[in-house]
Amino acid sequence: MREHRKKTKQRLGIRLWLSGGWLLVLIAIALLAPWISPKNPLEQDLFAARLPPFWMAGAEPGFWLGTDSLGRDVLSRILEGSRIALLVAFIAGTATCLIGATLGMIAGFYRGWADRIISRFVDIWMAFPPVLFAILLVAVIGTGLTSIIIAIVVIDWTRFCRVVRAEAMTQGQMDYVASAQVAGQKRFGIMIAEILPNVIPTIVALLTLEMGIAIIVETILSFVNLSISSDAPTWGGMIAEGRTSIYQAWWVLIFPLIVLFLTVLSFSQFGEGLKDRYDPVLR
Amino acid sequence: MSLFPTIFLRLLTTLITLFGVAVIIFVIIRVVPGNPIAMMLPPGATDADIQRLQALYGFDKSILEQFLIWISDVVRGDFGTSISLRQPVLNLVLERLPATLELSIIALILAVAIGLTLAITGTRLRGSRFESLIDMTNGIALSLPDFLWALLLILLFGVLWPLFHISGRISPALDLPFTSQFYLFESLLRLRLDLSLDLLSHMFMPALAMAIPLAAIIGQLLKQSLKETMHLDYVTLSRTKGYSENHVIIREALPNAILPTLTLIGVQFTFLIGGTVIIERLFSYEGLGNMAIDAVINRDLPLIQGIVILFALIFTLVNLIVDMSYALLNPRLRHA
Repeated sequence: MREHRKKTKQRLGIRLWLSGGWLLVLIAIALLAPWISPKNPLEQDLFAARLPPFWMAGAEPGFWLGTDSLGRDVLSRILEGSRIALLVAFIAGTATCLIGATLGMIAGFYRGWADRIISRFVDIWMAFPPVLFAILLVAVIGTGLTSIIIAIVVIDWTRFCRVVRAEAMTQGQMDYVASAQVAGQKRFGIMIAEILPNVIPTIVALLTLEMGIAIIVETILSFVNLSISSDAPTWGGMIAEGRTSIYQAWWVLIFPLIVLFLTVLSFSQFGEGLKDRYDPVLR
Repeated sequence: MSLFPTIFLRLLTTLITLFGVAVIIFVIIRVVPGNPIAMMLPPGATDADIQRLQALYGFDKSILEQFLIWISDVVRGDFGTSISLRQPVLNLVLERLPATLELSIIALILAVAIGLTLAITGTRLRGSRFESLIDMTNGIALSLPDFLWALLLILLFGVLWPLFHISGRISPALDLPFTSQFYLFESLLRLRLDLSLDLLSHMFMPALAMAIPLAAIIGQLLKQSLKETMHLDYVTLSRTKGYSENHVIIREALPNAILPTLTLIGVQFTFLIGGTVIIERLFSYEGLGNMAIDAVINRDLPLIQGIVILFALIFTLVNLIVDMSYALLNPRLRHA
């Protein structure tokens, strides 16, 4: 049994290190992007359009991962795109978490009318196709970073709300809550001091997951041409451009796609890893 | 307590949800900047023309009035006229719905087939190295959304190793004898298997992209339930009776382990249908989702409203069916 637990812990460790490592690298890249980009990510050069990556015939030195149909350097655009991606991930992820988790706590702990109203809204929200909702919102409030963040918060708060509500309900029925009540603690105090700490591991796992999802939503919005602006380098914009020239220049699609894969995967694995590590049962 | 008050209450909440969706969607798109009427005007239109068109679409009335007119029309099945396509919204939407339904159902079938296989193989090989491999694959499949799988599939099987179509619903060169929009269903009925094959090879990539995350969820949950069931006495008994391991898993353990998975599939199916919006766009598949994105881009208010209401109707209906069948399947709930 102890042997098995040790093995589980080892595997958890590797997962946490790998995903955390990639996220750290990405944060460093985002911070240093203007200094480490080999080219100007916005500079177009129609004579250097659709250059292949460095190992293929016809590649030009300096354009390591090739260029897109306007002759912009793919590598520099990926590096620069990490800034918007991480910005959206952290801001939208945190805002979604705060709003969703707060409403979930209130609904799950206080029950009654608060719960009925909040749950009704969650039901209504769940009846919208999320992608369409996001596209519609950004189309209505206009493109730009703030709109994207608002759209993500508006469509995804239910994810936190539902899970935290269920968790707060379960915790609320535990003996320790009853004993705190007997000890004369106020309701609000119990929610913050007794229940919240027990819900935190779930919230953290959801939060990192949400950061990955936020990046995906930004990508999808860029893909339908509704993100920051058509020329700011975003991964989604690159992917959209890569999709249209997929037969002529597959590298415009594949490199941002790989980075996106690793990032979204790392966010979710990092959250799961953290949750398992600090889960009192496993520990 | 009998079942009927429960059903009645459930129907009532469904209606409230749908009404809420209608209100929210109506309010959101009234904020749309940019006048949709301006798009329809021929060059040299006069102010009188503009006013006539605005009156035609009801934009000259107050928002509350517009809403009341719209909602009473909707209840009677009249969703108005599309601004960009100039046809009744209901016709347009019903014309595209079959394509989306067929795609979603193929995706669901794929997801269930892959999920079942994963869970059963994982249970069969439990304790071995393959089990952790399956768990890991599940974990990865689960954490990436359909959008990313779609792009990966497009690259792999559309471009680098072109095995399947990555665009459209059917090869344009083919003669279509269809009288309905349910192409796949009709081609199967007419035994035109060449057409069915062509349709399926167009659907396979988008359907698989939507199926992968769902398959992983199904695989994970079902494997967990199977694991618990495999420890029960009656399973051990059937093993001592000399049945093969496969028989024990599939015939004895599976029927008892599958109930939680069935509920999960129902709920997840609505997420899958919601996913068609962007997947159809990626694969240029002529369905409802693709039309929805065009409608947003063209600021076609009546069409957007109609599509969102239809999606909401499908979602709530699926959830309703899941809840009802759960009540019927689970004897403990039936007598509650």
